[in-house]
Amino acid sequence: MAEIRIDKLHKRFSDFVAVRDSTLTLADGKFVVLLGPSGCGKTTTLRMLAGLEFPTSGSIALGGQDVTYLRPRERDIAMVFQLFALYPHLGVRGNLEFPLRNEGLPRAEIERRVREVAAILRIEHLLDARVGGLSGGDRQRVALGRAIVREPQAFLMDEPLGTLDTEFRELMCIELRKLHDRLKTTTVFVTHDQNEAMALADHIVVMNQGDILQAGDPGSIYNFPSCMFVARFIGRPAMNFIPLSAAVQPGDEAVSLAGTAVAVPRVEAGAASAVLGVRPEHVRLVAPGEGQSAVVQHVEYFGSHWVTEMTTAAGSLKALVDKSQRPASGDRVAIAFNTARVVLFDAATEQLLASATTRQHQEALRHGQH
Amino acid sequence: MASIELSGIGRSFGAVKAVSGLNLQVADGEFLVLLGPSGAGKTTTLRLIAGLERPDTGRIRMDGHDITESLPASRDCAFVFQQYSLYPHLTVFDNLAFPLRSPLRRSAPGEIRRRVQEVAEMLHIEGKLMRRATELSGGEMQRVAIGRALVRRPRVFLMDEPLSSLDAQLREELRVELRRLQRSTGSTVIYVTHDHVEATTMADRIGILEHGVLQQVGTPLEVYGDPHTLPVAQRLGSPAINLLPVQWFEGRAPAGTAQVAIRPEDVLLSAEGEAAGFQVIECSLVKHQLVAERHGVEVHARVMLDEPLAPGAPARFGFPTERCLFFDAAGRRIATPGLAAGL
Repeated sequence: MAEIRIDKLHKRFSDFVAVRDSTLTLADGKFVVLLGPSGCGKTTTLRMLAGLEFPTSGSIALGGQDVTYLRPRERDIAMVFQLFALYPHLGVRGNLEFPLRNEGLPRAEIERRVREVAAILRIEHLLDARVGGLSGGDRQRVALGRAIVREPQAFLMDEPLGTLDTEFRELMCIELRKLHDRLKTTTVFVTHDQNEAMALADHIVVMNQGDILQAGDPGSIYNFPSCMFVARFIGRPAMNFIPLSAAVQPGDEAVSLAGTAVAVPRVEAGAASAVLGVRPEHVRLVAPGEGQSAVVQHVEYFGSHWVTEMTTAAGSLKALVDKSQRPASGDRVAIAFNTARVVLFDAATEQLLASATTRQHQEALRHGQH
Repeated sequence: MASIELSGIGRSFGAVKAVSGLNLQVADGEFLVLLGPSGAGKTTTLRLIAGLERPDTGRIRMDGHDITESLPASRDCAFVFQQYSLYPHLTVFDNLAFPLRSPLRRSAPGEIRRRVQEVAEMLHIEGKLMRRATELSGGEMQRVAIGRALVRRPRVFLMDEPLSSLDAQLREELRVELRRLQRSTGSTVIYVTHDHVEATTMADRIGILEHGVLQQVGTPLEVYGDPHTLPVAQRLGSPAINLLPVQWFEGRAPAGTAQVAIRPEDVLLSAEGEAAGFQVIECSLVKHQLVAERHGVEVHARVMLDEPLAPGAPARFGFPTERCLFFDAAGRRIATPGLAAGL
């Protein structure tokens, strides 16, 4: 088990900056997800952690030891590329033993570790089975077993679930998370899939174009995105953005949306022009006259809920509506926002503006850490 | 456009009954989705309607006329497949014009231009008409494939998983677009998929097929909220409906209950509920999902939380009886009062 510390890590490929001056501490035993679109630098960061690339400048420490320029074999890290690959000609036991035989461990030790891993993954009864006859879930457990049997200090995973279909991917997310809760091995997991990130991570690092935009727990990132890019990248349907026509000042507790006053958390940093952000689940239908009036343009039924697209005088937005209601195109409705979950961005810089709720959240995080 | 009626359709391939005893009516202008896992008989049903297969038993009618013995060409159904199957060496324009230039139709050049233009505008590909098919993105190629079906103005559209090879975002876009297009043209569409989101968001009615047998047909609200069998209940919804041990419902479950099921959005996360002792496995604000476990039983709940619960934290759930679905040993629903509210 080990803490990973990255200090001013920089990686340039000729004139392309893949990772720009990243500084980050990944606490011991945490499940950390590097999240971002392709080309954001997440895989390059992971490859530098693994020793498959050397940085242009900066350093990496694993459990206090500087490993920046160590070769992959010299770092006690397991890289998991594709969970699905198993050796079809070997049985379950053979697949689990394989990485240990490679390291030349004594027989008894191999035997002990394989038993232990099989117990953790609840596949003891399958040890003598052939890989070909296994169900998809059992195959994936064996593949996971092969990664953990080496007992490394950290796991590095590069989109390991990328090729699985949606349903199976969700099952594997749960399986991975359970495993991590048992082993508590520091894990760095790279993905472009926000669902995976939000489901798995203790800590998410959102990257774009080589920069770390935000690092924090899933709740912070979802509720208080540091900028409009992060807000857009995470959450489906995406966060609604409504441009405001007037400047916001410190102390404001309401903004004007097409002439109607809408309550917001008390503003602490003003901006000449601002954008209001509210997620679809924080837009609710209220009795006529109690909120902004809106007209339903389009509805989609998902069984558990509806996604409704509406137009208001201030612009169009989407709302999640409970399945007990029956919204229909053309309906005239009234909507209100969950004020505590409304955020404001500076329209010029696209950065989150400080408010009473963002400050409370920061303070709560600081207390949580002590 | 046309209505379709299947009565008593059966089709076997050797010992395998692909479809049996199939009765189904599709109204003129209706968007009907056939939903089921692979091997359920969905594609066979489409091929029977198109005339690419002959049924062993039963009759097929189009607008009331028996077409069971007619040739595919005379049925005038347009197929859209998962694979785009465009002519790679032709431009988008020529791909779209192809069906109109076939010997059966031989439309005049002016008419061809007009119809290709019209369809291209509907599908937002009017700027790409002179591109070669191979220069298009996956989403554009599928638009062209749909356009090639549209341009013919067939009596019925048969679509076989047309969106399943596209990425999630494109699928979302095309889903909405396809439905808008169908409404504006008043087309009859029979659409095959294994994706329940496509089914609930697009269909006027959903028909659920399992092992070649039509389990239930109804509006998305009916099929989701009032499933007649356990397989139907499990086919719709993500995450899937929870199956809970009957022992948790002693005194609350009706006689003969073998399985108790409850939808994730009907599970209550309560401070003082009846079922304590769960441990959080996963909590996602994005998916509004909480997964927790007790005695090896995993429960998925759809909840709107302001802050996520940490993995390992304790949780307490409520499973209100009026929101539970009860099934007998054969998987048939046991009627209970108050379920209509779940619709």
